[in-house]
Amino acid sequence: MTEATSLKTPLHALHVELGARMSPFAGYDMPIQYPAGVLAEHLHTRRAAGLFDVSHMGQALIEGGDHAAVAAFLETLCPADLLNLAPGRQRYTQLLNETGGIVDDLMVTRPPGAEGALRLVVNAARKEVDFALIRQRLPSGIRLTPLPNAALIALQGPLATPTLASLAPGEAVETMAFMSARPARIAGFETFVSRSGYTGEDGYEISIASAQAEDFARLLLSQPNVAPIGLGARDSLRLEAGLCLYGHELDETIDPIEAALSWSIQKRRRVEGGFPGAKRIQDALANGPNRQRVGLRPDGRAPAREGVEIVSADGLPIGVVTSGGFGPSVNGPIAMGHIARAHAAVGTPVSLVVRGKPLSARVVALPFHPHAYYRG
Amino acid sequence: MPEIRYSKDHEYIRVESGEGVVGISNYAQQQLGDVVFAETPPIGKAVKKGDPAAVVESVKAASDVFTPASGEVIAVNSEVEATPGLINEDALGRGWLFRIRLANASELSALMDEAAYADFLKTLA
Repeated sequence: MTEATSLKTPLHALHVELGARMSPFAGYDMPIQYPAGVLAEHLHTRRAAGLFDVSHMGQALIEGGDHAAVAAFLETLCPADLLNLAPGRQRYTQLLNETGGIVDDLMVTRPPGAEGALRLVVNAARKEVDFALIRQRLPSGIRLTPLPNAALIALQGPLATPTLASLAPGEAVETMAFMSARPARIAGFETFVSRSGYTGEDGYEISIASAQAEDFARLLLSQPNVAPIGLGARDSLRLEAGLCLYGHELDETIDPIEAALSWSIQKRRRVEGGFPGAKRIQDALANGPNRQRVGLRPDGRAPAREGVEIVSADGLPIGVVTSGGFGPSVNGPIAMGHIARAHAAVGTPVSLVVRGKPLSARVVALPFHPHAYYRG
Repeated sequence: MPEIRYSKDHEYIRVESGEGVVGISNYAQQQLGDVVFAETPPIGKAVKKGDPAAVVESVKAASDVFTPASGEVIAVNSEVEATPGLINEDALGRGWLFRIRLANASELSALMDEAAYADFLKTLA
């Protein structure tokens, strides 16, 4: 299945040169895996440093007026406290529809030294929807500027920091806190770096002009311990880290509390509301959601994939698997799913119906593999 | 001499004296990538040509293995269930999945021999 109109990231030719297996993803022709394969790429990221092309994601600026004006505007669409976002800090949040369902999940950064601007990184498959929703609501004086000429490269894993630090002496990237972001000059390249990622490891996401992205990626790949990692391992890494993937754990029917993302709604917003679907979300915060995202660990070796039904000990349908597969670092099958609240407690025995057979499993705490974020 | 035949779904069956050993082709294991789970059928089960009889799963996806011939399952490879990576290392050898007693040897004539399968693979590129 190929899409005739597949878009290409600035690193497309490099992926092909590296022998990647390319496949359509969110409208882009993307590397699913390199010759090393998903298992080796996953494990390499956990013990060294993996380079990911995430240039398909949507980058944009919301600008105009002062921080208070821009933050107040975005707070009408997102439940995070953005007014109190300090310069150089970023937050994970969601764009919500009128019923509190999740239109997309995204990172919002307040760049230091740029008053009245917020940087967004949204999902590739949702960027047109997101940008249309934002534009529809823009008040006068505030504008949305997509950044289609910026690439995004993630460097993830325990050796990401020594690698990047060695290329940028004097930039002190090694002391950047998790979820902070700022411009940095790396080996002569002008970049915008955040200490964040989607693997559960320490690491960075680096925005750079598309025209320089290939040279920059080649430089990173020429460093010892850095290997290219495809979308296959990106998915197994984020699943082990218990992170949501839009279209799987999240969609327009799921609210942030059901998605177990209440940590991303700061206290002021919980109290004040003022975001779409606030009533539903405040009610779920007060009384508990009807269903909830949980981790699931099959007792045997068989993976339970997306769409597998979750049934209770007495055989009643209680939920559905939203992502599932094999966790290379866990060395066993892992899954996340939405499950009725009465069955959501850690330790609850459940069955996962795989190819017609109920396989025993347990509700477990997330993440499956401990996060290794740099907290300073 | 055992003779090997392939299906269009990339299963092989190696036939010797009325029995057939079934697995997935080298091409299939390459396409799947790292195999992390394999499930074989119960011994004694009667399988009909084209039935899903075993399962192999990579990190990303599950794939049914359709039996290329009918018969009764008389042995399964428990080693491959414990070490699914054998399918990547040696699909045609230690990565076999199950052995059947052939019910109808004439079914084999509809399958491809080694040369025909090689030609078939060239059409897929």
